[in-house]
Amino acid sequence: MTQSAIPTPQTPWAVSPQQRIATGSLIALGAILAGIVVKTTGLSGKLGFAVSFFFFAALLIFIQQLRLRDLAAAKDSLLNSFALLGITLTLIPIASIVSTVVIRGYGGISFGIFTEDMTQASVNDPVDSGGLLHALLGTLIIVGVALIISFPIGLLTALYLTEIRGTLTRPIKFLVQAMSGVPSIVAGLFILSILIIPVTQEQTGLMASLALCILMIPTIARTAEEMLLLIPNELREAGVALGATQWRAVAGVVVPAARSGLVTAIILGVARVIGETAPLLLVSGGADALNLNPTSGAMGSLPFYIWKAFLTGGTQEAYARAWGGMLVLLVLIVSLFVLARYFSGRRVN
Amino acid sequence: MSSEETSNDNMDMEKKMQTTPSSLASVAGNRTQRVPGTNLLGTGLETRGVHAWFGKKHVLSDVSLDFAAGTVTALIGPSGCGKSTFIRTLNRMHEFIPTAALAGQVLLDGKDIYESGTDVTKIRLRVGMVFQKPNPFPSMTIGENVLSGLKLAQLKRSNTDDLLESCLVRAGLWSEVKDRLGEHGGALSGGQQQRLCIARALAVEPQVLLMDEPCSALDPGSTFRIEETISELAKTMTIVIVTHNMQQAARVSDYTAFFLSDGGPGVMVETAPTNKIFSSPEDQRTEDYVTGRFG
Amino acid sequence: MRVTQTLGAQSSIPAAREITTKPRRSDQVFRFIVTAGGMSSLVILGLIAFFLSLKGFSVLREEQWSFLTESRWEVLQDGEGKIESSTFGIGAMLVGTFIGAFIAIIVGVPIAVLSALYLTFYARGPVKKFLISVIDLMAAFPSLLFGFWAFIVFMASAEYWAKLINKYLGFIPLFDVPAPFFERSPFIAGLVLAVMIIPIVTAISREVFDQTPLDRIQAAYALGASKLAMIRAVVIPYGRGGIVGGAMLGLGRAMGETVAVYTVLNVVYQINWQILFGAGGNVASLILLKFGEAGPDEVDALMAAGLVLFLLTLTVNALSDVLINRFGKKGR
Repeated sequence: MTQSAIPTPQTPWAVSPQQRIATGSLIALGAILAGIVVKTTGLSGKLGFAVSFFFFAALLIFIQQLRLRDLAAAKDSLLNSFALLGITLTLIPIASIVSTVVIRGYGGISFGIFTEDMTQASVNDPVDSGGLLHALLGTLIIVGVALIISFPIGLLTALYLTEIRGTLTRPIKFLVQAMSGVPSIVAGLFILSILIIPVTQEQTGLMASLALCILMIPTIARTAEEMLLLIPNELREAGVALGATQWRAVAGVVVPAARSGLVTAIILGVARVIGETAPLLLVSGGADALNLNPTSGAMGSLPFYIWKAFLTGGTQEAYARAWGGMLVLLVLIVSLFVLARYFSGRRVN
Repeated sequence: MSSEETSNDNMDMEKKMQTTPSSLASVAGNRTQRVPGTNLLGTGLETRGVHAWFGKKHVLSDVSLDFAAGTVTALIGPSGCGKSTFIRTLNRMHEFIPTAALAGQVLLDGKDIYESGTDVTKIRLRVGMVFQKPNPFPSMTIGENVLSGLKLAQLKRSNTDDLLESCLVRAGLWSEVKDRLGEHGGALSGGQQQRLCIARALAVEPQVLLMDEPCSALDPGSTFRIEETISELAKTMTIVIVTHNMQQAARVSDYTAFFLSDGGPGVMVETAPTNKIFSSPEDQRTEDYVTGRFG
Repeated sequence: MRVTQTLGAQSSIPAAREITTKPRRSDQVFRFIVTAGGMSSLVILGLIAFFLSLKGFSVLREEQWSFLTESRWEVLQDGEGKIESSTFGIGAMLVGTFIGAFIAIIVGVPIAVLSALYLTFYARGPVKKFLISVIDLMAAFPSLLFGFWAFIVFMASAEYWAKLINKYLGFIPLFDVPAPFFERSPFIAGLVLAVMIIPIVTAISREVFDQTPLDRIQAAYALGASKLAMIRAVVIPYGRGGIVGGAMLGLGRAMGETVAVYTVLNVVYQINWQILFGAGGNVASLILLKFGEAGPDEVDALMAAGLVLFLLTLTVNALSDVLINRFGKKGR
């Protein structure tokens, strides 16, 4: 057989332009019908329009599929409509939250905000007096100390689950999961009851760090476990075959190979706790002044700064200040997230 | 011992030998003559110049192959030469892979199944498929599994009990499960599960049954039972079977098509009645493959 | 022919040798350290339970079951500010916890499951990746953000919806209100909690759907199923357990939520079944509310409340864990 020219690849199953136009017109028709209903009946406002629009559009497409194909296809189109509705309802709050923070937060930030604390200003003062330096540094210190404590414990837990896999594996896995469900306020209460009330009688940054550890350890342990499981067994076998003891194989081969995964675990752990408010309200004291010593004296933090501005103020300036703090916090969280994605994409093969 | 066996083999082979058909109709005609009284479902499947791509990668090139009603065609060839891809273009399962693309035509009863406006679910009802790994629905009972095709396509039938029995009988499973239709689909052995999948495919009354290496995960005993089933089914349907096992192809099929890929897209090298492919193939590559020089 | 062994004749099969190694000392130390670290979660959880019980013991012993059923939180002081008697019962707040969480589940889980279905079976390519990232990011938003946003932005709309529901469905006692005060009601708190749990439940459901065995999906399609039929026949039976597990995880989060509820709800100490009316509370926000001015007795009571909350969320999370990890067994 002679070699004829290779034809162009096609996708005849793809949605054709005609079909798209047909669906689009049905949706537009649905919008029009919804508009009519809103104008003529008591159903009003955005909600009324949204509900009628969805109802009519889904109904029209259902009827179209019923006529073109059969009942099964029409019901299938209903699922499609509802799935779209679901994702839209999920996205609307996200969009609203992010845009609110960005728009209102921008008005709550001033030049001096990273260089001053709140000792000389009150929350109701205009935004260009006072700042969140104490809060930002406080958050970094509190979370940093929590990380120093949580990372080794979380890593050891993960190592137990992946390398040793002893008899306690199932209970420990279960407990880690249970620990991740502890409400943050309970973590705060716990530190209050075990340390502050009986022993130190003082709210400090360190106390806050300890409370955050309870929330951080499970996150780090679970992520680290996942990352360690991704390391192929051949690597471990190679280490042992070379005569290494287990601990040398793990410390020398497995953990370095999982480096970027462990960094991801750290980042996710930090992101998990950096916005936690409840425990800080209970045990950190929420100072207005810059305090770099976690072991003595109350320490401010970003969540506390926002909380104070939001709930103890009451003026527009106070709200603006709170949104500004929220914007800073959100920028931190998004950056951490992006970093985590970057690192988890750099896994050693 | 040996001479008796070979002469028996020869007689079997002769039974399978057909004169080269001049048209699909004559093949169909031969079949009905051999088994008077059975109704053929449809007129078979034809492919014209089928190409397939995954993204930019050209994986199947210019396959034109006809499958007559009432025949069994085996597709053989080394792994990775496009047989499974080809068989999936026949019931429009190829398009599930996100980067898939296609050219050419696949004609069922003379109509291209890829024509725009075609209802793809209807095509799949007429061109059924049995997969390599048995995959009954574990959340359904055996009886529900067999009839699941009707439920999925929302087809109404008045005599589902009769249909259930006849499909299981045709699949060769009835006697083993007739008292336990209420048990779960996962409770059966591998071979039984595969026969259950065959019964399930039969329940929607397809014209064509595609089988992608249906016995490769099974033991020889189950394989034998399924090959018997295939011969029975071929009396009324068109069957296309992909197989790695050349002996199976020789046992079960009327026609065989040999696929090959030399690093580029897979092509169909040769197609002929089965005994001819295995005894005197025309292409050297075919001969190399069937004599075991590679693959 | 030489026959050294006839088949079927069972000569004695030797017993398997026991293989032992004596671990090196460094390995023993290693195992010890790692095991100790691994036990940390057990230790911490145990300590939490222990210390909360310890501090709350006196209150619990005095109140006993009425701590859970009564709805009074009073500290009576005599003229000099000394505590005379106190009664603590978190009944109203427990009810509030359940109501808020319940609304969150009813509203949030269907939306989350539909979103997960969309992401797994309808979305493709870069759009899908983007949506997944965005939703995962939302799961990391601090609860303070949700509370704050809800108070400033969402409240107006939610109040409007509450008024609508009251207008048309007010004959149902649940939707009736004793006074037209719709601000900061359990309904609104429940909606905010729904928004908070949707990302988590979506993420878990999506993972469950992703793991549906491809061969079953293909079998359904090969039989001529539409997407809906395939999902009903294969995906849902397979993922049922996992989805319920995800919903329970969301439930646990909703029950323990503090700041979001505190900012949005008008924390009033009474049982309020009329969810559209602006009064209520949950255990977590109660703790936050009372903490600032609590004397030592009251602090003990708050510890007891914290213990109750801890045990509650522990149970729910344990159930969720069991369900998520066993989802494969059913429908397998």
